[in-house]
Amino acid sequence: MAASFDLNNDGVVVIIGSGAGGGTLGNELAQKGVDVVILEAGARHEYEDFVNDEWGSFAQLAWTDKRTTSGDWRVAKDFPNLPAWIVKSVGGSTTHWAGASLRFQEHEFKTLSTYGKLEGANLLDWPITLAEMEPYYAKAEAKMGVTGTNDWPRLPGNNNFKVLKAGADKLGYKECHTGNMAINSVDRDDRNSCQQTGFCFQGCKWGAKWSTLYTEIPKGEATGHLEVRPNAMAIKINHDASGKVTGVVYADKDGKLQEQKARIVAVAGNSIESPRLLLNSASGKFPDGLANSSGQVGKNYMRHTTGSVYAIFDRPVHMYRGTTMAGIIRDEARHDPSRGFVGGYEFETLSLGLPFMAAFLDPGAWGRSFTTALDHYDHMAGLWIVGEDMPRAENRITLHADEKDAHGMPIADVHFDDHPNDTAMRNHAYKQATALYDAVGATRTFPTPPYPSTHNLGTNRMSEKAEDGVVNKHGQAHDIKNLFVSDGSQFTTGAAENPTLTIVSLAIRQADYIAAQMSAKTI
Amino acid sequence: MVTIYDAKPGFSRRELLKRGGIGALLVISGSAVISPEHAWGLETSALKPETMATLIQMARDIYPHDQVPDKYYAIAVKGHDEQAGKDAAYKAMLEDGIADLDKKSGDGGYRGLGWEDQRVGVLKQIEATPFFQAIRGGLVVGLYNQKEVWPIFGYEGESYSKGGYIARGFDDIEWL
Ligand SMILES: Cc1cc2nc3c(=O)[nH]c(=O)nc-3n(C[C@H](O)[C@H](O)[C@H](O)COP(=O)(O)OP(=O)(O)OC[C@H]3O[C@@H](n4cnc5c(N)ncnc54)[C@H](O)[C@@H]3O)c2cc1C
Ligand code: SF4
Repeated sequence: MAASFDLNNDGVVVIIGSGAGGGTLGNELAQKGVDVVILEAGARHEYEDFVNDEWGSFAQLAWTDKRTTSGDWRVAKDFPNLPAWIVKSVGGSTTHWAGASLRFQEHEFKTLSTYGKLEGANLLDWPITLAEMEPYYAKAEAKMGVTGTNDWPRLPGNNNFKVLKAGADKLGYKECHTGNMAINSVDRDDRNSCQQTGFCFQGCKWGAKWSTLYTEIPKGEATGHLEVRPNAMAIKINHDASGKVTGVVYADKDGKLQEQKARIVAVAGNSIESPRLLLNSASGKFPDGLANSSGQVGKNYMRHTTGSVYAIFDRPVHMYRGTTMAGIIRDEARHDPSRGFVGGYEFETLSLGLPFMAAFLDPGAWGRSFTTALDHYDHMAGLWIVGEDMPRAENRITLHADEKDAHGMPIADVHFDDHPNDTAMRNHAYKQATALYDAVGATRTFPTPPYPSTHNLGTNRMSEKAEDGVVNKHGQAHDIKNLFVSDGSQFTTGAAENPTLTIVSLAIRQADYIAAQMSAKTI
Repeated sequence: MVTIYDAKPGFSRRELLKRGGIGALLVISGSAVISPEHAWGLETSALKPETMATLIQMARDIYPHDQVPDKYYAIAVKGHDEQAGKDAAYKAMLEDGIADLDKKSGDGGYRGLGWEDQRVGVLKQIEATPFFQAIRGGLVVGLYNQKEVWPIFGYEGESYSKGGYIARGFDDIEWL
């Protein structure tokens, strides 16, 4: 049965956020008998509540509290108050996510050593290696049911994948398949297998796609050691005179402020909200915000170098049928500076329904050039580019100087400028993807600009040395022993791969560390 | 409040001509914009019906889909009438915006321009105005999020209740 803890219980671990990082950490700790309270800003919607409707689902699940943007990225112009497309709901963005689950490559943990110093980029090696991560990657893949691992078959390819594969073959790409997806290809874990409904981004109504909402969270609750408190928006983390954190102030469902006492606090609100909360917790002792002696909190915001290419053919495709991310090409993910940039990128099929296609194909565009593209919606195929972007100190989350949210907390501003390496990579990818579709007979292709960020990373970076980053190799704040960061904001650099498998692996690893430190009474 | 009703207005051709139809497409009658051909009408409360008729034409010129009937463009812009009813400044922006559009279009006004290219030429001049952006921005959801238009584009919408596409053609491509 789900636990219920008293506000004054100062023996609990308080986790902020119930998504990939927080939901996993909560369950892992509960399985070890540690008492956990997860504070989640969003409401709890179970999978039968999800809707196969893009805007309807967006209204149900997405984080729509106001944010502001600045910088030269096109999102700032097209979606000035929606820098990120992420979730505010129990389960976090694992309700929306597509399920692509890839391990990082060895060199991606060592970018400074591998790429060398790059002007305008704040590159740094991770304090962990692929070898250290491998056992945790294996645990995460087993937990999430990742296809192509543990003898689980890959998913069958849909129409969109078949077009991609045909193009990949024509271009001579070697590594193209239906991916490593955290989507059941067979019934397992008391959940269905994928029914190819095609609404992965709207929450999987079959429960086939892994989400903390209906895996980690109920499993944790069943131990009697986990309480998930929805509609609880953390506003400030308190500390004592010694600098240890002692509790979290949050606005409850009625907007009333409460404080949940804590032995340990773990922040997992995704890479915009986590630094926002640390910055907003500034005090006399920590005037620049918690865990910020390095000055790195909120900096090095990464969002992956992205973009899409859609193509129209003279015959029908119906790309929207079946899994949204139905296949991958990995050949360009290597580090090969001869292409004119460091790092690499993946191609992954992507499909949007008509309503989102109208909003995202070329935001702001109008007239026949635009509408004739939509006229052939059912003849379209499409892919998404996801590549490593460069961390930059100026790309950062800050507290807005005067605008506040409903609880009086300053809203977040998200500043982002593309690094020249990002632009070079994106242009390379546009060219390759266009060639790929042309090779299959596309009559028209569309290099589509990046959407609001679905991958948000790096704003509380992990570092060997305290002066270089916010947390150590366990996600533990360099400055405060009983404060942890448990989401993608820990990432030192972004790698070419979708981030969630790594977030989950780090959370499993962090749970081992926290439990060990608790037993040893060091925290 | 704007109501869109499906009903045969039953005007004779002579009467239509007398009332000064917009081409043969949309007719202004009292507080309504009527499409005699396609049997629907749209009643306005805050905006002038002429303004609404021009908004409908403008909507089509911004996002022209020749296979999508006017009715859906009318539904897509009707929210502006409601908004104008609640907000005088908004109403003024729309009425002034349309008046400006008509002025830039010469004697016959915006709807009097026969070719889409001519009308688009006028829209280009006002593209950066808050008025144009309000109309265009509203259409992105207002037009494309109408379930009734999806089949016209070949988008099938909700699929869970039909068991997904696992047995309904998720991999049925044949031409590759
Ligand atoms: C459309 C889409 C597709 C995606 N596809 C993929 C994919 O295929 N593969 C992949 O690897 N990744 C994918 N992602 C990204 C993936 O969802 C995220 O990387 C991952 O969920 C991030 O985990 P997280 O724990 O950092 O944050 P989240 O999962 O976003 O969880 C954060 C939670 O914290 C809550 N929260 C925030 N602030 C507070 C506060 N102050 N108080 C209380 N609660 C708070 C939020 O409401 C939210 O529920 C996708 C994302 C989207 C949106
Ligand atoms: S396509 Fe598969 S994974 Fe995606 S929503 Fe449908 S059943 Fe779930």
